Amino acid sequence: MAEVTMRVWRGDANGGDFENYTVAQNEGEVVLDVIHRIQATEAPDLACRWNCKAGKCGSCAAEINGKPRLMCMTRMDTLPEGPVTVTPMKTFPIIRDLVTDVSFNFAQAEKVPALLPPPMPENGYVMFQEDVQRGQEFRKCIECFMCQDVCHVIRDHEGNKQHYAGPRFFIRYAELEMHPLDTNDRRDLIREDMGLGYCNITKCCTEVCPEHIKITDNAIIPLKERVVDAHYDPVAWLGRKIRRKTKRSASDAAVQPAP
Amino acid sequence: MSTTESSTKVVLGGTRGGPDVATLRQDRWWIQPVITVSILTAFVIYSTWAAFQNRYYYVGANVGRDLISPFYSPCIASDCVPGAKAGFAFNGWALSPALLILIFPLGFRLTCYYYRRSYYRAFWWSPPACAVSDAHSSYSGETRFPLIMQNMHRYFFYAGLVFNTLLTYDAVRAFRQPGLGYGVTVGTIVLVINAVLLWAYSLSCHACRHLCGGGVKSFKAHPIRYRFWKMLTPLNAKHMNLAWASLVFVALTDVYVRLVASGALTDYKLF
Repeated sequence: MAEVTMRVWRGDANGGDFENYTVAQNEGEVVLDVIHRIQATEAPDLACRWNCKAGKCGSCAAEINGKPRLMCMTRMDTLPEGPVTVTPMKTFPIIRDLVTDVSFNFAQAEKVPALLPPPMPENGYVMFQEDVQRGQEFRKCIECFMCQDVCHVIRDHEGNKQHYAGPRFFIRYAELEMHPLDTNDRRDLIREDMGLGYCNITKCCTEVCPEHIKITDNAIIPLKERVVDAHYDPVAWLGRKIRRKTKRSASDAAVQPAP
Repeated sequence: MSTTESSTKVVLGGTRGGPDVATLRQDRWWIQPVITVSILTAFVIYSTWAAFQNRYYYVGANVGRDLISPFYSPCIASDCVPGAKAGFAFNGWALSPALLILIFPLGFRLTCYYYRRSYYRAFWWSPPACAVSDAHSSYSGETRFPLIMQNMHRYFFYAGLVFNTLLTYDAVRAFRQPGLGYGVTVGTIVLVINAVLLWAYSLSCHACRHLCGGGVKSFKAHPIRYRFWKMLTPLNAKHMNLAWASLVFVALTDVYVRLVASGALTDYKLF
Protein backbone atom coordinates (compact mmCIF):
# COMPACT_ATOMS: atom_id res chain seq x y z
CA MET A 1 0.00 0.00 0.00
CA ALA A 2 1.44 3.37 -1.04
CA GLU A 3 1.64 6.36 1.24
CA VAL A 4 0.94 9.97 0.41
CA THR A 5 1.62 13.22 2.19
CA MET A 6 -1.33 15.58 2.34
CA ARG A 7 -0.80 19.27 3.13
CA VAL A 8 -4.18 20.27 4.51
CA TRP A 9 -5.15 23.78 5.60
CA ARG A 10 -6.22 23.75 9.24
CA GLY A 11 -7.72 26.83 10.83
CA ASP A 12 -10.66 29.13 11.15
CA ALA A 13 -11.44 32.84 11.08
CA ASN A 14 -8.73 33.45 13.65
CA GLY A 15 -5.98 32.11 11.39
CA GLY A 16 -4.50 28.82 10.33
CA ASP A 17 -1.64 26.96 8.74
CA PHE A 18 -0.86 23.84 6.75
CA GLU A 19 -0.54 20.54 8.54
CA ASN A 20 1.09 17.55 6.94
CA TYR A 21 -0.44 14.10 7.21
CA THR A 22 1.20 11.02 5.78
CA VAL A 23 -1.43 8.37 5.24
CA ALA A 24 -2.07 5.27 3.19
CA GLN A 25 -3.37 5.57 -0.33
CA ASN A 26 -5.10 2.72 -2.13
CA GLU A 27 -5.45 2.22 -5.84
CA GLY A 28 -8.39 4.10 -7.36
CA GLU A 29 -8.95 6.40 -4.42
CA VAL A 30 -10.01 10.00 -4.72
CA VAL A 31 -8.86 12.94 -2.60
CA LEU A 32 -12.00 12.75 -0.45
CA ASP A 33 -11.17 9.13 0.47
CA VAL A 34 -7.77 10.21 1.74
CA ILE A 35 -9.24 13.17 3.63
CA HIS A 36 -11.66 10.73 5.29
CA ARG A 37 -8.72 8.47 6.18
CA ILE A 38 -7.03 11.44 7.86
CA GLN A 39 -10.24 12.06 9.82
CA ALA A 40 -10.39 8.39 10.79
CA THR A 41 -6.78 8.04 11.84
CA GLU A 42 -4.97 11.28 12.65
CA ALA A 43 -7.33 14.24 12.85
CA PRO A 44 -10.92 13.40 13.82
CA ASP A 45 -11.63 17.13 14.16
CA LEU A 46 -10.74 17.91 10.52
CA ALA A 47 -13.76 19.68 9.02
CA CYS A 48 -14.85 19.10 5.44
CA ARG A 49 -18.20 19.09 3.66
CA TRP A 50 -19.25 16.08 1.64
CA ASN A 51 -22.41 14.27 0.78
CA CYS A 52 -22.88 12.21 -2.37
CA LYS A 53 -19.30 11.13 -3.24
CA ALA A 54 -20.49 11.02 -6.85
CA GLY A 55 -19.86 14.53 -8.15
CA LYS A 56 -23.50 15.48 -8.06
CA CYS A 57 -24.02 17.41 -4.83
CA GLY A 58 -21.15 19.90 -5.11
CA SER A 59 -20.48 19.83 -1.36
CA CYS A 60 -16.83 18.78 -1.39
CA ALA A 61 -15.50 21.62 -3.55
CA ALA A 62 -12.03 22.68 -2.42
CA GLU A 63 -8.74 23.71 -3.96
CA ILE A 64 -6.43 20.82 -4.75
CA ASN A 65 -2.89 21.82 -5.62
CA GLY A 66 -4.21 25.34 -6.07
CA LYS A 67 -7.08 24.58 -8.47
CA PRO A 68 -10.78 24.42 -7.57
CA ARG A 69 -11.93 20.82 -7.85
CA LEU A 70 -14.40 18.39 -6.35
CA MET A 71 -12.52 16.22 -3.85
CA CYS A 72 -14.76 13.25 -4.65
CA MET A 73 -14.00 13.41 -8.38
CA THR A 74 -10.25 13.96 -8.21
CA ARG A 75 -8.41 10.66 -8.39
CA MET A 76 -5.18 10.58 -6.44
CA ASP A 77 -3.36 8.88 -9.31
CA THR A 78 -4.03 11.86 -11.59
CA LEU A 79 -2.10 14.22 -9.31
CA PRO A 80 1.65 14.77 -9.69
CA GLU A 81 4.15 13.07 -7.38
CA GLY A 82 4.78 14.75 -4.05
CA PRO A 83 2.63 16.24 -1.33
CA VAL A 84 -0.94 17.08 -2.26
CA THR A 85 -2.10 20.51 -1.13
CA VAL A 86 -5.74 20.86 -0.08
CA THR A 87 -7.13 24.27 0.88
CA PRO A 88 -10.64 25.71 1.25
CA MET A 89 -12.19 27.75 -1.55
CA LYS A 90 -10.37 31.08 -1.46
CA THR A 91 -13.21 33.39 -2.49
CA PHE A 92 -15.44 32.68 0.49
CA PRO A 93 -14.86 33.27 4.21
CA ILE A 94 -13.56 30.27 6.08
CA ILE A 95 -15.66 28.58 8.75
CA ARG A 96 -13.20 25.86 9.66
CA ASP A 97 -10.51 23.87 7.85
CA LEU A 98 -11.94 23.04 4.41
CA VAL A 99 -15.41 24.43 5.08
CA THR A 100 -16.34 27.88 3.81
CA ASP A 101 -19.33 30.17 4.19
CA VAL A 102 -20.92 30.31 0.74
CA SER A 103 -23.91 32.45 1.75
CA PHE A 104 -22.81 35.12 -0.76
CA ASN A 105 -24.26 32.82 -3.38
CA PHE A 106 -27.57 32.42 -1.58
CA ALA A 107 -27.89 36.21 -1.39
CA GLN A 108 -27.30 36.42 -5.14
CA ALA A 109 -29.81 33.63 -5.78
CA GLU A 110 -32.51 35.56 -3.97
CA LYS A 111 -31.98 38.57 -6.22
CA VAL A 112 -32.84 36.70 -9.42
CA PRO A 113 -36.27 37.85 -10.68
CA ALA A 114 -38.24 34.69 -11.27
CA LEU A 115 -39.82 33.44 -14.46
CA LEU A 116 -42.83 35.56 -15.36
CA PRO A 117 -45.01 33.69 -17.86
CA PRO A 118 -47.89 35.29 -19.75
CA PRO A 119 -51.47 34.48 -18.67
CA MET A 120 -52.26 30.80 -19.18
CA PRO A 121 -53.80 30.20 -22.61
CA GLU A 122 -56.85 27.96 -22.91
CA ASN A 123 -54.90 24.92 -24.01
CA GLY A 124 -52.13 25.48 -21.48
CA TYR A 125 -48.50 26.46 -21.95
CA VAL A 126 -46.64 24.78 -24.78
CA MET A 127 -42.86 24.61 -24.88
CA PHE A 128 -41.07 22.93 -27.75
CA GLN A 129 -38.15 20.54 -27.49
CA GLU A 130 -35.70 22.89 -29.24
CA ASP A 131 -36.30 25.49 -26.56
CA VAL A 132 -36.22 22.96 -23.71
CA GLN A 133 -32.83 21.66 -24.83
CA ARG A 134 -31.26 25.09 -24.83
CA GLY A 135 -31.89 25.70 -21.15
CA GLN A 136 -31.20 22.11 -20.18
CA GLU A 137 -27.45 22.64 -20.20
CA PHE A 138 -27.77 25.28 -17.49
CA ARG A 139 -29.96 23.01 -15.36
CA LYS A 140 -27.01 20.64 -14.96
CA CYS A 141 -25.44 23.07 -12.47
CA ILE A 142 -24.82 21.33 -9.13
CA GLU A 143 -24.04 24.57 -7.30
CA CYS A 144 -20.58 23.58 -6.19
CA PHE A 145 -19.70 27.28 -6.59
CA MET A 146 -16.27 26.51 -7.99
CA CYS A 147 -17.00 28.89 -10.87
CA GLN A 148 -17.67 31.61 -8.32
CA ASP A 149 -14.52 30.63 -6.45
CA VAL A 150 -12.23 30.83 -9.47
CA CYS A 151 -13.72 34.05 -10.89
CA HIS A 152 -11.02 36.66 -10.33
CA VAL A 153 -13.61 39.45 -10.24
CA ILE A 154 -14.51 38.44 -6.69
CA ARG A 155 -11.63 36.11 -5.87
CA ASP A 156 -9.11 38.94 -6.05
CA HIS A 157 -11.39 41.94 -5.44
CA GLU A 158 -13.62 41.40 -2.43
CA GLY A 159 -15.42 44.72 -2.92
CA ASN A 160 -16.87 43.55 -6.22
CA LYS A 161 -19.11 41.10 -4.39
CA GLN A 162 -21.51 43.98 -3.81
CA HIS A 163 -22.24 44.46 -7.49
CA TYR A 164 -21.36 41.21 -9.22
CA ALA A 165 -23.54 38.13 -9.41
CA GLY A 166 -20.86 35.76 -10.75
CA PRO A 167 -20.88 33.00 -13.37
CA ARG A 168 -23.20 30.63 -11.53
CA PHE A 169 -25.95 33.24 -11.59
CA PHE A 170 -25.21 34.41 -15.09
CA ILE A 171 -26.18 30.94 -16.28
CA ARG A 172 -29.41 31.30 -14.30
CA TYR A 173 -30.07 34.70 -15.88
CA ALA A 174 -29.24 33.27 -19.31
CA GLU A 175 -31.64 30.39 -18.81
CA LEU A 176 -34.43 32.79 -17.90
CA GLU A 177 -33.62 35.25 -20.68
CA MET A 178 -33.72 32.40 -23.20
CA HIS A 179 -36.95 30.96 -21.83
CA PRO A 180 -39.71 31.30 -24.45
CA LEU A 181 -42.41 31.75 -21.80
CA ASP A 182 -40.63 34.44 -19.81
CA THR A 183 -41.83 38.03 -20.21
CA ASN A 184 -39.36 39.67 -17.83
CA ASP A 185 -36.57 41.69 -19.37
CA ARG A 186 -33.52 41.50 -17.12
CA ARG A 187 -30.99 43.15 -19.39
CA ASP A 188 -30.80 46.43 -17.48
CA LEU A 189 -30.59 44.56 -14.21
CA ILE A 190 -27.82 42.29 -15.48
CA ARG A 191 -25.85 45.23 -16.79
CA GLU A 192 -26.28 47.68 -13.95
CA ASP A 193 -26.78 45.70 -10.74
CA MET A 194 -25.41 42.25 -11.50
CA GLY A 195 -22.17 43.52 -13.02
CA LEU A 196 -22.05 41.58 -16.27
CA GLY A 197 -19.52 44.11 -17.57
CA TYR A 198 -17.05 43.07 -14.89
CA CYS A 199 -16.64 39.70 -16.54
CA ASN A 200 -13.68 39.86 -18.91
CA ILE A 201 -14.35 36.42 -20.37
CA THR A 202 -11.20 34.70 -19.16
CA LYS A 203 -13.21 31.46 -19.18
CA CYS A 204 -11.90 30.15 -15.87
CA CYS A 205 -15.47 29.37 -14.82
CA THR A 206 -15.85 27.11 -17.84
CA GLU A 207 -12.50 25.44 -17.14
CA VAL A 208 -13.42 24.38 -13.60
CA CYS A 209 -17.08 23.43 -14.12
CA PRO A 210 -17.43 19.75 -13.14
CA GLU A 211 -20.60 19.49 -15.28
CA HIS A 212 -18.75 20.88 -18.33
CA ILE A 213 -21.30 23.64 -18.80
CA LYS A 214 -20.08 26.10 -21.42
CA ILE A 215 -20.67 28.97 -19.03
CA THR A 216 -18.84 31.61 -21.03
CA ASP A 217 -19.79 30.65 -24.56
CA ASN A 218 -23.40 29.68 -23.95
CA ALA A 219 -24.43 31.97 -21.10
CA ILE A 220 -22.18 34.95 -20.40
CA ILE A 221 -21.37 35.95 -23.97
CA PRO A 222 -25.02 35.57 -25.12
CA LEU A 223 -26.00 37.79 -22.17
CA LYS A 224 -23.37 40.34 -23.16
CA GLU A 225 -24.74 40.28 -26.70
CA ARG A 226 -28.26 40.84 -25.37
CA VAL A 227 -27.00 43.85 -23.43
CA VAL A 228 -25.38 45.12 -26.64
CA ASP A 229 -28.77 44.71 -28.37
CA ALA A 230 -30.39 46.86 -25.72
CA HIS A 231 -27.75 49.53 -25.16
CA TYR A 232 -24.99 49.68 -27.73
CA ASP A 233 -26.57 48.82 -31.05
CA PRO A 234 -28.30 51.70 -32.87
CA VAL A 235 -29.28 49.34 -35.70
CA ALA A 236 -31.19 47.15 -33.26
CA TRP A 237 -32.74 50.26 -31.67
CA LEU A 238 -33.86 51.49 -35.10
CA GLY A 239 -35.26 48.07 -35.92
CA ARG A 240 -37.33 48.09 -32.74
CA LYS A 241 -38.62 51.58 -33.50
CA ILE A 242 -39.57 50.73 -37.07
CA ARG A 243 -41.31 47.55 -36.02
CA ARG A 244 -42.73 49.35 -32.97
CA LYS A 245 -41.52 46.40 -30.98
CA THR A 246 -40.98 47.88 -27.57
CA LYS A 247 -41.78 44.76 -25.60
CA ARG A 248 -38.18 43.60 -25.64
CA SER A 249 -36.68 47.04 -25.12
CA ALA A 250 -34.77 47.08 -21.86
CA SER A 251 -35.58 50.71 -21.23
CA ASP A 252 -39.27 50.21 -21.78
CA ALA A 253 -39.84 46.90 -20.07
CA ALA A 254 -39.17 46.77 -16.36
CA VAL A 255 -38.18 43.64 -14.54
CA GLN A 256 -41.09 42.45 -12.51
CA PRO A 257 -40.88 40.30 -9.43
CA ALA A 258 -42.41 36.90 -9.41
CA PRO A 259 -46.16 36.83 -8.76
CA MET B 1 -36.22 48.30 -11.88
CA SER B 2 -37.08 46.06 -9.03
CA THR B 3 -35.92 42.72 -7.80
CA THR B 4 -37.30 40.43 -5.19
CA GLU B 5 -36.18 41.58 -1.77
CA SER B 6 -33.25 39.53 -0.58
CA SER B 7 -33.29 38.39 3.00
CA THR B 8 -29.71 37.16 2.81
CA LYS B 9 -27.41 40.16 2.52
CA VAL B 10 -24.10 40.14 0.75
CA VAL B 11 -21.59 40.40 3.55
CA LEU B 12 -18.15 41.62 2.59
CA GLY B 13 -14.95 40.73 4.36
CA GLY B 14 -14.46 37.74 6.58
CA THR B 15 -11.25 35.81 6.92
CA ARG B 16 -10.40 33.66 3.96
CA GLY B 17 -8.81 30.29 4.32
CA GLY B 18 -5.51 29.22 2.84
CA PRO B 19 -2.19 31.03 2.72
CA ASP B 20 -1.91 34.56 1.36
CA VAL B 21 0.03 33.68 -1.78
CA ALA B 22 -0.57 34.43 -5.47
CA THR B 23 -1.21 30.80 -6.29
CA LEU B 24 -0.73 27.26 -5.03
CA ARG B 25 -0.79 25.81 -8.52
CA GLN B 26 2.10 23.48 -9.21
CA ASP B 27 1.63 23.00 -12.94
CA ARG B 28 3.26 25.17 -15.60
CA TRP B 29 0.37 27.62 -15.86
CA TRP B 30 2.66 30.29 -17.31
CA ILE B 31 3.23 28.44 -20.59
CA GLN B 32 -0.04 29.55 -22.16
CA PRO B 33 0.50 33.28 -21.47
CA VAL B 34 4.08 33.01 -22.78
CA ILE B 35 2.88 31.43 -26.04
CA THR B 36 0.14 34.04 -26.44
CA VAL B 37 2.53 36.93 -25.81
CA SER B 38 5.09 35.48 -28.23
CA ILE B 39 2.66 34.97 -31.12
CA LEU B 40 0.71 38.20 -30.70
CA THR B 41 3.86 40.30 -30.24
CA ALA B 42 5.45 38.74 -33.32
CA PHE B 43 2.30 39.43 -35.32
CA VAL B 44 2.01 43.04 -34.16
CA ILE B 45 5.68 43.75 -34.94
CA TYR B 46 5.48 42.12 -38.36
CA SER B 47 2.14 43.67 -39.37
CA THR B 48 3.24 47.14 -38.25
CA TRP B 49 6.46 46.80 -40.24
CA ALA B 50 4.56 45.48 -43.27
CA ALA B 51 1.90 48.20 -43.07
CA PHE B 52 4.52 50.94 -43.18
CA GLN B 53 6.54 49.41 -46.04
CA ASN B 54 4.21 50.69 -48.77
CA ARG B 55 5.86 48.48 -51.42
CA TYR B 56 5.98 44.85 -52.54
CA TYR B 57 2.30 44.34 -51.78
CA TYR B 58 1.16 43.55 -55.32
CA VAL B 59 2.28 41.12 -57.97
CA GLY B 60 0.98 42.40 -61.30
CA ALA B 61 0.73 41.94 -65.02
CA ASN B 62 4.49 42.34 -65.57
CA VAL B 63 4.95 38.78 -64.31
CA GLY B 64 1.53 37.52 -65.42
CA ARG B 65 -0.04 37.45 -61.97
CA ASP B 66 -2.71 39.34 -60.02
CA LEU B 67 -1.88 38.86 -56.34
CA ILE B 68 -2.45 41.46 -53.64
CA SER B 69 -1.50 41.27 -49.98
CA PRO B 70 -4.45 41.16 -47.55
CA PHE B 71 -2.80 43.96 -45.57
CA TYR B 72 -3.26 46.29 -48.54
CA SER B 73 -6.64 45.23 -49.88
CA PRO B 74 -8.67 47.21 -50.78
CA CYS B 75 -5.95 49.59 -51.90
CA ILE B 76 -7.74 52.92 -51.65
CA ALA B 77 -4.91 55.46 -51.68
CA SER B 78 -4.28 57.44 -54.85
CA ASP B 79 -0.67 56.28 -55.05
CA CYS B 80 -1.45 52.57 -55.01
CA VAL B 81 0.53 50.65 -57.63
CA PRO B 82 -1.25 50.12 -60.97
CA GLY B 83 -3.44 47.05 -60.93
CA ALA B 84 -3.85 47.07 -57.15
CA LYS B 85 -5.95 50.20 -57.02
CA ALA B 86 -9.57 49.81 -55.92
CA GLY B 87 -12.48 51.52 -57.66
CA PHE B 88 -12.10 54.71 -55.63
CA ALA B 89 -9.20 56.39 -53.90
CA PHE B 90 -8.38 58.85 -51.17
CA ASN B 91 -6.53 61.64 -52.89
CA GLY B 92 -3.65 63.23 -51.05
CA TRP B 93 -3.04 60.30 -48.65
CA ALA B 94 0.72 60.33 -48.34
CA LEU B 95 1.22 57.37 -46.04
CA SER B 96 0.92 53.65 -46.70
CA PRO B 97 -2.55 52.64 -47.98
CA ALA B 98 -2.55 49.81 -45.45
CA LEU B 99 -2.97 52.35 -42.67
CA LEU B 100 -6.34 53.38 -44.11
CA ILE B 101 -7.91 49.96 -43.75
CA LEU B 102 -6.13 47.94 -41.09
CA ILE B 103 -8.13 49.53 -38.27
CA PHE B 104 -11.13 47.38 -39.25
CA PRO B 105 -9.57 43.89 -39.09
CA LEU B 106 -7.50 45.06 -36.14
CA GLY B 107 -10.62 46.29 -34.34
CA PHE B 108 -12.42 43.03 -35.09
CA ARG B 109 -9.66 40.97 -33.53
CA LEU B 110 -9.06 43.37 -30.67
CA THR B 111 -12.71 43.23 -29.57
CA CYS B 112 -13.13 39.51 -30.33
CA TYR B 113 -14.26 37.54 -27.27
CA TYR B 114 -11.52 34.96 -27.74
CA TYR B 115 -8.69 37.47 -28.15
CA ARG B 116 -10.00 39.41 -25.17
CA ARG B 117 -9.63 36.28 -23.07
CA SER B 118 -6.12 35.79 -24.39
CA TYR B 119 -4.69 39.25 -24.00
CA TYR B 120 -6.39 39.97 -20.68
CA ARG B 121 -4.64 36.88 -19.42
CA ALA B 122 -1.29 37.16 -21.19
CA PHE B 123 -0.62 40.89 -21.33
CA TRP B 124 -2.76 42.42 -18.59
CA TRP B 125 -2.47 39.54 -16.13
CA SER B 126 -6.06 39.92 -15.15
CA PRO B 127 -5.65 37.12 -14.23
CA PRO B 128 -2.59 35.46 -15.86
CA ALA B 129 -4.20 32.02 -15.36
CA CYS B 130 -7.09 30.50 -13.48
CA ALA B 131 -6.62 30.56 -9.70
CA VAL B 132 -3.54 32.76 -10.06
CA SER B 133 -3.86 36.21 -8.49
CA ASP B 134 -4.81 39.20 -10.57
CA ALA B 135 -1.84 41.57 -10.96
CA HIS B 136 -3.94 44.66 -10.20
CA SER B 137 -5.18 46.02 -6.91
CA SER B 138 -8.46 47.31 -8.33
CA TYR B 139 -10.62 46.04 -11.15
CA SER B 140 -13.55 47.48 -13.08
CA GLY B 141 -13.57 45.06 -16.00
CA GLU B 142 -15.38 46.24 -19.08
CA THR B 143 -17.68 48.63 -17.27
CA ARG B 144 -15.78 51.86 -18.00
CA PHE B 145 -14.01 53.62 -20.84
CA PRO B 146 -11.96 52.45 -22.68
CA LEU B 147 -12.85 48.79 -22.18
CA ILE B 148 -16.57 49.45 -22.42
CA MET B 149 -15.81 49.99 -26.12
CA GLN B 150 -15.46 46.20 -26.41
CA ASN B 151 -19.21 46.33 -26.97
CA MET B 152 -18.44 47.65 -30.46
CA HIS B 153 -17.45 44.15 -31.52
CA ARG B 154 -20.45 43.54 -33.74
CA TYR B 155 -19.72 46.66 -35.82
CA PHE B 156 -16.23 45.43 -36.49
CA PHE B 157 -17.84 42.10 -37.33
CA TYR B 158 -19.98 43.81 -39.98
CA ALA B 159 -16.88 45.58 -41.35
CA GLY B 160 -15.04 42.26 -41.28
CA LEU B 161 -17.66 40.73 -43.55
CA VAL B 162 -17.05 43.49 -46.09
CA PHE B 163 -13.33 42.82 -45.95
CA ASN B 164 -13.86 39.09 -46.29
CA THR B 165 -15.93 39.72 -49.41
CA LEU B 166 -13.17 41.88 -50.89
CA LEU B 167 -10.48 39.35 -50.03
CA THR B 168 -12.60 36.62 -51.60
CA TYR B 169 -12.79 38.77 -54.73
CA ASP B 170 -8.99 39.07 -54.60
CA ALA B 171 -8.69 35.29 -54.32
CA VAL B 172 -10.95 34.79 -57.34
CA ARG B 173 -8.96 37.39 -59.27
CA ALA B 174 -5.78 35.50 -58.42
CA PHE B 175 -6.90 32.79 -60.85
CA ARG B 176 -6.50 35.36 -63.62
CA GLN B 177 -3.05 35.55 -65.11
CA PRO B 178 -2.83 38.67 -67.29
CA GLY B 179 -1.54 37.77 -70.74
CA LEU B 180 -1.60 34.04 -69.96
CA GLY B 181 -5.28 33.27 -69.36
CA TYR B 182 -6.45 31.50 -66.23
CA GLY B 183 -4.69 29.03 -64.01
CA VAL B 184 -3.76 28.01 -60.50
CA THR B 185 -0.51 29.09 -58.91
CA VAL B 186 0.85 28.69 -55.40
CA GLY B 187 -0.20 32.31 -54.84
CA THR B 188 -3.78 31.52 -55.88
CA ILE B 189 -3.98 28.73 -53.34
CA VAL B 190 -2.48 30.93 -50.64
CA LEU B 191 -5.06 33.66 -51.24
CA VAL B 192 -7.93 31.16 -51.35
CA ILE B 193 -6.89 29.52 -48.07
CA ASN B 194 -6.53 32.97 -46.50
CA ALA B 195 -10.06 33.95 -47.57
CA VAL B 196 -11.53 30.64 -46.37
CA LEU B 197 -9.86 30.96 -42.96
CA LEU B 198 -11.04 34.56 -42.56
CA TRP B 199 -14.62 33.57 -43.41
CA ALA B 200 -14.47 30.66 -41.00
CA TYR B 201 -13.08 32.89 -38.25
CA SER B 202 -15.77 35.55 -38.84
CA LEU B 203 -18.66 33.09 -39.06
CA SER B 204 -17.55 31.32 -35.89
CA CYS B 205 -17.65 34.65 -34.03
CA HIS B 206 -19.91 34.84 -30.97
CA ALA B 207 -21.57 38.02 -32.26
CA CYS B 208 -22.41 36.24 -35.52
CA ARG B 209 -23.90 33.31 -33.60
CA HIS B 210 -26.03 35.70 -31.59
CA LEU B 211 -27.19 37.71 -34.59
CA CYS B 212 -28.02 34.61 -36.62
CA GLY B 213 -30.23 33.02 -34.00
CA GLY B 214 -28.80 33.12 -30.49
CA GLY B 215 -30.68 36.29 -29.66
CA VAL B 216 -34.16 34.84 -30.09
CA LYS B 217 -36.34 33.79 -27.17
CA SER B 218 -37.93 30.89 -28.97
CA PHE B 219 -36.24 28.69 -31.56
CA LYS B 220 -39.58 27.19 -32.46
CA ALA B 221 -40.88 30.59 -33.47
CA HIS B 222 -37.80 31.28 -35.65
CA PRO B 223 -37.02 28.00 -37.47
CA ILE B 224 -34.69 29.53 -40.08
CA ARG B 225 -32.64 31.42 -37.53
CA TYR B 226 -32.56 28.27 -35.41
CA ARG B 227 -31.15 26.38 -38.36
CA PHE B 228 -28.43 29.03 -38.83
CA TRP B 229 -27.68 28.94 -35.09
CA LYS B 230 -27.37 25.16 -35.18
CA MET B 231 -24.98 25.35 -38.13
CA LEU B 232 -22.81 28.01 -36.50
CA THR B 233 -22.66 26.49 -33.02
CA PRO B 234 -20.11 23.74 -33.88
CA LEU B 235 -18.08 26.32 -35.79
CA ASN B 236 -18.23 28.62 -32.79
CA ALA B 237 -16.69 25.84 -30.69
CA LYS B 238 -13.63 26.05 -32.99
CA HIS B 239 -13.37 29.84 -32.69
CA MET B 240 -10.07 29.72 -30.83
CA ASN B 241 -8.40 27.49 -33.43
CA LEU B 242 -9.76 29.58 -36.27
CA ALA B 243 -8.62 32.80 -34.58
CA TRP B 244 -5.03 31.60 -34.43
CA ALA B 245 -5.04 29.91 -37.84
CA SER B 246 -6.45 32.94 -39.63
CA LEU B 247 -4.09 35.32 -37.79
CA VAL B 248 -0.98 33.37 -38.67
CA PHE B 249 -2.09 32.69 -42.23
CA VAL B 250 -2.92 36.30 -43.04
CA ALA B 251 0.65 37.21 -42.07
CA LEU B 252 2.05 34.30 -44.10
CA THR B 253 -0.01 35.45 -47.08
CA ASP B 254 1.55 38.89 -46.83
CA VAL B 255 5.01 37.30 -46.54
CA TYR B 256 4.39 35.22 -49.67
CA VAL B 257 3.10 38.13 -51.77
CA ARG B 258 5.96 40.31 -50.50
CA LEU B 259 8.58 37.72 -51.45
CA VAL B 260 7.10 37.24 -54.93
CA ALA B 261 6.65 40.98 -55.49
CA SER B 262 10.23 41.71 -54.47
CA GLY B 263 11.54 39.04 -56.83
CA ALA B 264 12.93 36.86 -54.05
CA LEU B 265 10.51 34.05 -54.92
CA THR B 266 8.82 32.81 -58.08
CA ASP B 267 5.10 32.13 -57.94
CA TYR B 268 4.98 28.68 -59.53
CA LYS B 269 2.10 27.79 -61.79
CA LEU B 270 0.59 24.45 -60.81
CA PHE B 271 -1.89 23.99 -63.66
